[in-house]
Amino acid sequence: MALSGMRGLSVFISDIRNCHNKEQERLRVDKELGNIRTRFKNEKGLSPYEKKKYVWKMLYIYMLGYDVDFGHMETVSLISAPKYPEKQVGYIVTSCLLNENNDFLRMVINTVRNDIIGRNETYQCLALTMVGNIGGKEFSESLAPDVQKLLISSSCRPVVRKKAALCLLRLYRKNPDVVNIDGWADRMAQLLDERDLGVLTSVMSLFVSLVSNNAEVYWNCLPKCVRILERMARNQDIPQEYTYYGIPSPWLQVKTMRALQYFPTIEDPGARRALFEVLQRILMGTDVVKNVNKNNASHAVLFEALALVMHLDAEKEMMSQCVALLGKFIAVREPNIRYLGLENMSRMLLVTDVQDIIKRHQAQIITSLKDPDISIRRRALDLLYGMCDVTNAKEIVEELLQYLNTAEFAMREELSLKAAILAEKFAPDLSWYVDVILQLIDKAGDFVSDDIWYRVVQFVTNNEDLQPYAAAKAREYLDKPALHETMVKVSAYLLGEYGHLLARRPGCSPKELFAIINDKLPTVSTSTVAILLSTYAKILMHTQPPDVALQQQILTIFKKYESYIDVEIQQRAVEYFELSRKGAALADVLAEMPKFPERESALLKKAEDAEVDTAEQSAIKLRSQQQTSSAIVVSDQPPVNGSVPASNHLTLVKMPSQNITEESNVAYEEPPVEIPKENGAPAEVESKVENIPETNIESKVEPPTSRPVSQADLLADLLGPLAIEGPPAAVEQNPVQGSEANQSPVGDLALATLEDQSNSVQPIVNVEEKFHILCSKDSGVLYEDPHIQIGLKAEWRAHHGRLVLFLGNKNTAPLASVQALILPPSHFKMELSSVPDTIPPRAQVQIPLEVVNLRASRDVAVLDFSYTFGTALVNVKLRLPIVLNKFLQPITLTPEEFFPQWKALNVQSLKVQEVVKGVKPLPLPEVANLFMSLHLAVAPGLDNNPNNLVACTTFFSETTRAMLCLVRVETDPQDRTQLRLTVASGDQYLTFELKEFIKEHIIDIPRVQAASPPIPVQPQLSPAVPTAATYNDPGAMLAGLL
Amino acid sequence: MGIRFVLLVNKQGQTRLAQYYEHLSLDQRRALEGEIVRKCLARTDHHCSFVEHRNYKVVYRRYASLFFLVGVDNDENELAILEFIHLLVETMDRHFGNVCELDIMFHLEKVHFMLEEMVMNGCIVETSKQNILAPIHLMDKSS
Repeated sequence: MALSGMRGLSVFISDIRNCHNKEQERLRVDKELGNIRTRFKNEKGLSPYEKKKYVWKMLYIYMLGYDVDFGHMETVSLISAPKYPEKQVGYIVTSCLLNENNDFLRMVINTVRNDIIGRNETYQCLALTMVGNIGGKEFSESLAPDVQKLLISSSCRPVVRKKAALCLLRLYRKNPDVVNIDGWADRMAQLLDERDLGVLTSVMSLFVSLVSNNAEVYWNCLPKCVRILERMARNQDIPQEYTYYGIPSPWLQVKTMRALQYFPTIEDPGARRALFEVLQRILMGTDVVKNVNKNNASHAVLFEALALVMHLDAEKEMMSQCVALLGKFIAVREPNIRYLGLENMSRMLLVTDVQDIIKRHQAQIITSLKDPDISIRRRALDLLYGMCDVTNAKEIVEELLQYLNTAEFAMREELSLKAAILAEKFAPDLSWYVDVILQLIDKAGDFVSDDIWYRVVQFVTNNEDLQPYAAAKAREYLDKPALHETMVKVSAYLLGEYGHLLARRPGCSPKELFAIINDKLPTVSTSTVAILLSTYAKILMHTQPPDVALQQQILTIFKKYESYIDVEIQQRAVEYFELSRKGAALADVLAEMPKFPERESALLKKAEDAEVDTAEQSAIKLRSQQQTSSAIVVSDQPPVNGSVPASNHLTLVKMPSQNITEESNVAYEEPPVEIPKENGAPAEVESKVENIPETNIESKVEPPTSRPVSQADLLADLLGPLAIEGPPAAVEQNPVQGSEANQSPVGDLALATLEDQSNSVQPIVNVEEKFHILCSKDSGVLYEDPHIQIGLKAEWRAHHGRLVLFLGNKNTAPLASVQALILPPSHFKMELSSVPDTIPPRAQVQIPLEVVNLRASRDVAVLDFSYTFGTALVNVKLRLPIVLNKFLQPITLTPEEFFPQWKALNVQSLKVQEVVKGVKPLPLPEVANLFMSLHLAVAPGLDNNPNNLVACTTFFSETTRAMLCLVRVETDPQDRTQLRLTVASGDQYLTFELKEFIKEHIIDIPRVQAASPPIPVQPQLSPAVPTAATYNDPGAMLAGLL
Repeated sequence: MGIRFVLLVNKQGQTRLAQYYEHLSLDQRRALEGEIVRKCLARTDHHCSFVEHRNYKVVYRRYASLFFLVGVDNDENELAILEFIHLLVETMDRHFGNVCELDIMFHLEKVHFMLEEMVMNGCIVETSKQNILAPIHLMDKSS
């Protein structure tokens, strides 16, 4: 029965093929799905032939990427069909469409078992294959004995036994207990005597899995594997059908050599000798031939032999032979061989001591770092990273730094992380280390994770000799015109701590330091502002005798930020302002950072975390774990720099353990956009405060929350604790609930959910989703529960908005004590008309709401709505969809209009640029659509590069009036998950807000599907809000919480 | 596990065959197919046949307008998989005679049957073309 025999299916496939676009295809598919659905509904009328045809169609549709959420039962039921063609389709399509957890599978367990133990060979094969592909735990429990029996049965034909072997492998992985280890070692040994190469190939896969879990038990199988290799190397008894381009099954050879890599050593001298003979023959006898396939196949065997030789720790001579081969490979023209040469050299480094021989190829490897193929460049980077030690660190790290200039986005992060780790591990002297890290930040700031700069700060803090040098370097960088923000952070931090050590140098007086740092203040983001404020406080403290003019300047800045929108900054400003008037106490509180306790580098940890998972633990990894000593080069070296204490000069000075509060996140921005591990605040104050309990800020500190940092903690503690006290951010984000609220599965953007046991009224719509819909639409439902529906309609004109809330009572009883309160953020003027106290049964009340937009902000207004129904008090807080784009009007500009504007805005704070990562990977047209929905008019043709996109819009607010905003997006076709975003407008706040706003929409936020929709709230917010006194804007406060 | 998936995709990015050996949701599949096809399409003959993607590798080979992509674990023997792709193509060739994209499209079920004889649970079961095709021949004869 061929597909061609199924006319309807052929017609369908032709139809799909003739569709000119995705839309047509979708229509055709939808039509077909509808058709199949109706046909399945009256199943009685379906002939087996028709069923089969529809099931194939479903598979085809599924393959095209459409969801097929019905018909699974019909598919599974075909398995029980009496005839082979139907059964076959049932089995095959089931294993494609369903996964092991599907309930329908349970229904056929018995049928499957009957097929497996039945006498029909073809049925056995079908059943074994399906179970092998998607069998779950239940299958494992009920079928394992039968499958084992088939595998070892002498009466079973190879065609069944090979499938039984792999089926057993699946069952074993689902539940390792199904294979009784004691009995299996002997059985495995028998199975490895198998003559049929098909069975042997499958059995070898099973064997690899068993032996990777527990090699010791299978010692008796080792000589058998060697025998198999010998048989193939000598080409004894190999049927023509298993010879591939003259090579006896390369796949079986590879698998067998892989199995041998799981045995720690080979002690039996006979087997060892025989194996080395085979390996030697492969190493020496593999020539480059013209035929590509033959060449590939023989090299597949060769590379596996290389891996096995490395594993077996052969004599030095054979090892150098291997390195020589690899050295040859990394220089050949054939890219596949080059790639594999590099990859295997890296592996070799992990397991053996051949560093010195590999170093001879360093120049060639560095050349590969410039290969046109990214796959090869990655391997080269990996290898350079692995082969780096104190002797070549300088050269390699400098190469990496240079490569950073040209590397593509996709590699920069890895590259900078690796360079940072090498610099740390093998630095000949500490100042070189500082140089490297600062260069890294300068060249690739966007790709330098915070951990990297935290680490450099740690070193500088713990090494006094380094402090003046680092401060001077930081000062130098500040003279550069365009500075990456991370550089501003490091420099400001270092100069705050150690700037006073430079006091006598030209350009380094407190006043000058302040001036040059303060230059950056208008352009930096919130997290950096926080650091700058601390730096100012430190500068102020170090200015002896006090400089009144400087003090005045700094105090003015503190004063200015006292009412800043961000709580963290606000708090710092207030506290520093107060502290700076305390005189001597200031010096105590802001004394120099204490040294950090020694700990593992978070960078190394990060690099390790990036390791991959595989079902079978790789033989190489296992091996490298067995001999860890050679895996990581220890940097115990006599110091080049005499002043540094001997031995591990880069490790941190040991300090008695200190109480530093654990990291506390501060929600500057939407949490998922930038998980604020970083916190920007020097940690000194808190720890100091503990030392000097008499200072009067003590009362503000939260003493019990302090706890010792575990060694494993990341660097977060460096900047973790807030400047003065700062309640943990969890509290700030969700003040009322603390830990309970954090566990609630509500998405980050979801409504605040404050649990209230007594209240059982639940919304029956997804409130978060409704909010998002209304952000791009002007009318729709905002909220609905069993009693009330709140709808919304809006009209926008320039910076004015007129909304109407529709409150509809769904009940036949009235809703009482209806209250609606608007909590506006500071950038809106809002007026809500009065709300009637009761809503009559089945009535709808309209409440107009006037909005005036004062300036750009992403904060949202919140509607605090409550009513009682019967005895239940229902209170919900709903975000109103009055978002930035409502005040945008798309505008189309010609190139003549656009470019002068674009150039005119070339002012640092008015035009900002950012590389955004973690972007939803959308094709460019979809980005354009998204922009249109945000009221950003995409102007085609303004940018010649087809991967870029330019958009224009006008923003309306009372302060800015109509203001032109220009946006440019540069994408990397290689990697759609990141792009560079440039936003320009005549107002720095607008530019910043718009940039952040766009980011919110393009970044891929894994949205937690709120398992429980937001639960109505009891109005009990105020008591738990921390530092309530610092909030003066209830709307902003609430919006911040949501 | 070895082989994670086998994909046949043409130059326009249309999937012609998809067989996964680990469970992925439809969304994950779509994302994965989109990403790796884009990566592979951007490569030339001077590039190697291996693309590193997330935490695994894609070994790929192009035949006329059709890309054969096989996702494997990082420590899988790449060249062996590369030749396994060729074995699959040779097997299809033996059955269809000068196999082309249309054969695969309109005989999807046969390609599935072949693949099922060759790979199971992410491991290679059979490499003899004769044995792979035997059940299909049997079926053709009986119908």
